[in-house]
Amino acid sequence: MLTRRKLALLTGAATTSALLFAAALPGTALAQQKTMIDFWHGLPQPLGGQLEQIVKDFNDSQQTVQVNASYKGSYPETMQAAIAAFRAGNAPHIVQMFEVGTATMMAAGPAVKPVYQLMQETGASFDPDAYIPAVKGYYSSKDGKMMALPFNSSTTIMFYNKDAFQKAGLDPNKPPATWPEMIEATKKLKASGSTCPLTTSWPVWAQFEQLGAIHNTPFATQQNGFGGLNAELKINAPLYVKHVQTLIDMQKDGLFKYGGRDNKPDALFPSGECAMIHGSSGLRSRIIKEANFAWGAAPLPYWPEFAKDGPKNSIIGGAAFWVMTAPKRTPAEYKAVSQFFSYLARPEVDAKWHMDTGYVPVTMKGYELAKSQGYYEKNPGADVPAAQLTRTPTTENSMGLRLGNLPEIRNIIQEELEKAFQGQQDARQALDASVKRGNAVLRNFERANKG
Amino acid sequence: MQRRVTFDSRLLPYLLLAPQVAVTLVFFIWPAAQAVWQSVHLQDAFGIRSEFVWFENFTYVLSDPNYLDTLQTTVIFSVAVTVLAMGVALLLAVLADSKIKGASAYKTLLIWPYALAPAVAAVLWMFIFNPDIGSFGRALRAMGYDWDYRLNGGQALLMVILAASWKQVSYNFIFFLAGLQAIPRSVMEAASIDGAGPVRRFWTITFPLLSPTTFFLLVVDMVYAFFETFGTIHALTQGGPGKATETLIFRVYQDGVVNNDLGGSSAQSVILMVIVIALTAVQFRFVERKVHYS
Repeated sequence: MLTRRKLALLTGAATTSALLFAAALPGTALAQQKTMIDFWHGLPQPLGGQLEQIVKDFNDSQQTVQVNASYKGSYPETMQAAIAAFRAGNAPHIVQMFEVGTATMMAAGPAVKPVYQLMQETGASFDPDAYIPAVKGYYSSKDGKMMALPFNSSTTIMFYNKDAFQKAGLDPNKPPATWPEMIEATKKLKASGSTCPLTTSWPVWAQFEQLGAIHNTPFATQQNGFGGLNAELKINAPLYVKHVQTLIDMQKDGLFKYGGRDNKPDALFPSGECAMIHGSSGLRSRIIKEANFAWGAAPLPYWPEFAKDGPKNSIIGGAAFWVMTAPKRTPAEYKAVSQFFSYLARPEVDAKWHMDTGYVPVTMKGYELAKSQGYYEKNPGADVPAAQLTRTPTTENSMGLRLGNLPEIRNIIQEELEKAFQGQQDARQALDASVKRGNAVLRNFERANKG
Repeated sequence: MQRRVTFDSRLLPYLLLAPQVAVTLVFFIWPAAQAVWQSVHLQDAFGIRSEFVWFENFTYVLSDPNYLDTLQTTVIFSVAVTVLAMGVALLLAVLADSKIKGASAYKTLLIWPYALAPAVAAVLWMFIFNPDIGSFGRALRAMGYDWDYRLNGGQALLMVILAASWKQVSYNFIFFLAGLQAIPRSVMEAASIDGAGPVRRFWTITFPLLSPTTFFLLVVDMVYAFFETFGTIHALTQGGPGKATETLIFRVYQDGVVNNDLGGSSAQSVILMVIVIALTAVQFRFVERKVHYS
């Protein structure tokens, strides 16, 4: 029956398979009359289908270029697939990369062709100033050159349950604008029977990155990393300590509920369980589909004591399109990519994507086009994200983040937050630990990417 | 007794071996060698810059208190999964081996879970235990028990242990049942006639005669708990809350795929490989001595 040899084989097989990291197989490119462009994206359905529809519209709009869009899994999986393909010399022409991968892509040097350079070389008309400043800033190099093509951008806003507000004796048309008002509102909601007055999706994006931007407070030194790879985290500053301690105390009192990492808590709002949620503006379409109560959208609340001259613009999330290099890439292929990008930058394409999906318009003209078509009158609250993004000129603290391995740092902060919400540590300890562990990650990135 | 096979040509045996050797080289030795190579280098994500750093990746990993915590979690997790999966499977197999009505239906049902992918199994568990949408989770909360594995490390670990063990019970069950059926009835009958009760018969006859199977399952379950529970943990808790359910293999994935730290991730793979080789060697050396092969 079973022999020792078989056993040893089994064990050995399991061991080595753990060492096997998947290498992505490159798509085949057929030499046809049309220039074939590989485009990898990380949007699941229904968004992926809507994106592929845009690609199809582009393919139908002209005769020379054929863009082949393929879904490569979640954003981190798409990133991994693109990296593996680049290492094998078969990178796709275009890859969609989430905003927290921006620093990694910028540090990739020869792996990436910056969009400003692509547009210059191919002679395509391209105006970086057409983009909303908070969008443009996030994807620009230190000297203000556009490195990637912004496409699906979102920001964090608040959604609230108007029925629950009514029941709690709150004005459903006056959502809390500041954190002190927020705390009062959650108390009233709790008194009216709500088991979850407030939750947050994307805990780090919403409660740290946006918090810093809105209050014009650095998340990290070196202008949030824009100034250089030697940035260090600053999230144990008084604003963050005060904010996190408030959340911990609210959690203890049943006023706030930690619903999990990343976008896991999304479901808590449309189901009616949580009366308020801080989440991606992209959550809107899901709420429309699933919520059976009256709801509203509002800007994120702020701390008046930390924002003496009012709240600043929020920062974006979402993803952008990056052009990748490969050993055998021809000028004709780059030309084709620039044609596709010029198409995507058109106001009507931008406005349609915005209105179909709930992502924010990335260009001013797209925003105005949506406005002129009466979209915001028909959909009250749909302009909250764009308004919040553009309400002030960007400062060096509200341009975005340029930190290496930001996904890892986000996970570290989430881990430390979870320990704090379990009562193992207070806000100060959680944030000190996050800074210490996060800085180690930044130093590793700096070392691996220097020179 | 042994039959010797002889080949006319000296080349033929090597030729016949070649495919197996090729597969081993390409799929096992080569990736393992790559991991060792990467574990002594520091690379950026795209592999553009690479620097030889001796054993820095290892010292970095081994001096990280979080890594040592993860090691501890892995030991607790693996031992619990192995003991639970084997204990439950043995109990069920002994029961299924007795003469009962509908034994074959009962056996088939017990084998079913093995056909599920770990991630699918994990989603099923989520529908049971999730405090907001899970049936059992909601019931617990309704009874006033503060069940929330997203914020309670102990509960989270308990849940992934249950989910991972449940998945392995069927596999163990098949082997235990086969082992039980291979025990000669005459031995059992003789013991009965000598006046041994069921419990005594189990511990003095069944259990020793089952020992080759038990030993085999011990090794397989240990390896399963170390390596193949990734899908379960990934789908249920992603290693959280905090790092309460982060096992070594999950961290290898996290550091390699999510954090793009190939050097650190490879160093961990090599450490993991050493641990499992050592564990298997120990098992063969010490545990197998007590095993009776028939």
